[in-house]
Amino acid sequence: MKAVITVVGRDSVGIIAKVSALCSDYHANIVDISQSVMKEYFAMIMVVDIDGLTVPFTSFVDTLSELGRNNGLDVRTMHEDVFNSMHRI
Amino acid sequence: MINTKDILETINMVKEENLDIRTVTMGISLLDCASDDPKKAAERIYDKITKTAEKLVPTAEQIEKEYGIPIINKRVSVTPVSLIGGRYSVGDYIEFAKTLDSAADTLGINFIGGYGALVQKGFTAADRNLIESIPEALAVTGKVCSSVNVASTKAGINMDAVALMGKTIKKTAYLTRDNDCIGCAKFVVFANVPEDNPFMAGAFHGTGEAECVINVGVSGPGVVSSAVERAGDCDFSELAETIKRTAFKITRMGQLVAREASKRLGVPFGIVDLSLAPTPAVGDSVARILEDMGLETCGACGTTAALALLNDAVKKGGVMASSHVGGLSGAFIPVSEDAGMIAAAGSGALTIEKLEAMTAVCSVGLDMIAVPGDTTEEVISALIADEISIGVANTKTTAVRVIPACGKKAGDSVSFGGLLGAAPVMKISTLSPARFIARGGRIPAPIHSLKN
Repeated sequence: MKAVITVVGRDSVGIIAKVSALCSDYHANIVDISQSVMKEYFAMIMVVDIDGLTVPFTSFVDTLSELGRNNGLDVRTMHEDVFNSMHRI
Repeated sequence: MINTKDILETINMVKEENLDIRTVTMGISLLDCASDDPKKAAERIYDKITKTAEKLVPTAEQIEKEYGIPIINKRVSVTPVSLIGGRYSVGDYIEFAKTLDSAADTLGINFIGGYGALVQKGFTAADRNLIESIPEALAVTGKVCSSVNVASTKAGINMDAVALMGKTIKKTAYLTRDNDCIGCAKFVVFANVPEDNPFMAGAFHGTGEAECVINVGVSGPGVVSSAVERAGDCDFSELAETIKRTAFKITRMGQLVAREASKRLGVPFGIVDLSLAPTPAVGDSVARILEDMGLETCGACGTTAALALLNDAVKKGGVMASSHVGGLSGAFIPVSEDAGMIAAAGSGALTIEKLEAMTAVCSVGLDMIAVPGDTTEEVISALIADEISIGVANTKTTAVRVIPACGKKAGDSVSFGGLLGAAPVMKISTLSPARFIARGGRIPAPIHSLKN
């Protein structure tokens, strides 16, 4: 199973590093990273494999949101099923 | 791999356009709770609801977190309470209402629906007692919602019930007069009521339903409004197409949540209700969609046509996205719960007469409308009769949730807080329909009900 982590906020040094470090701590394997510009904000999208996660998925979601709050970023972690069901028939 | 554009679109819907799952509602049958002893029946009701729905709130919260989609309300609907045995007094029913309220508190849900009766053709003794108990039951409880079905295309209109509803609404308003008559916001009168509707105040668990079922109501006026705005000055075919696509995406969310909730709770999936349910929040308004389509303000000539297009496109887009569609399914136009409607009604652009016309082409009816406190019970009954006739004649659901605001006159306002919002008190005709309402009896079913 995969999850999609999106990070939106003003650009600063080390955003990718912080999120990747956390993924590595919890054994979420990064499958893909891309970045894009939404309005005037920096937006990073990371797809991670969550099969080997060392904590329950909901705790992982909370930890990432907290990382976002501490760094002035909006970090959302959503199960891939959301995107698959919304955009694929 | 998932497309970046799709991911951003979804995130934007949730973050900027108020996309959410409006409600996950668990329907529970209470038919096996009947007992000769009302205390025993109340105990069984409490135990059954709190045990069956024990995991509803934590499961919905878990799904919310995992999928990143807000689930605003978790609710329970039960078998119409008048059907749980037929030997109870008015006082017993009020105790049942308190039981439902305390079960709702224990579960942590925000509303429990089903305190009602189905009297489209006539009353049983239990129906009469239950209806008599409604004003007090709504005054002494906080989370109990009540509905009465007074007509159907098959049965015609029970005008005795319609007359009784005028009295019931006035009394409910009076008993909750210190709280802006909030009791009336929890009471709705229906024609052709759906038995699997997850939305309050009209949700109940129909008699043809299974023991327990999960129904989900989606929302998303903000998402449709943004899509319409982005579509610009396109022609109507393209406009309808844009709304259909958006409705499809919104409904897929609902289907996903419904499937997951059903799986995790071990309860069968009932239906997804494809409704555009507004909230008082800015950017979550059905009226604004109509204005985005090109009307100066909601209530202008063209409003009914715009709403008809919207309602139809939402259904066409949504129906393919879900395996079972049901409930009310369409656009809601509750005045107090929609920032655009509040503004239009406040400025006088939107009148009760226009709202009545709009209800002929959308999913509910005269919803969350405040009228002056001195409106007579006959006028309220006649307003109900008009609205219910639209439903019966057109083989569709219509409903009335009207608040005669005690001590207030046209131009004042009432405020209920939260999702129920605030409403300007609207002008209503004071000409007397008293002789018409006093006739009693039934208005026969229309000719097109004879389909066999």
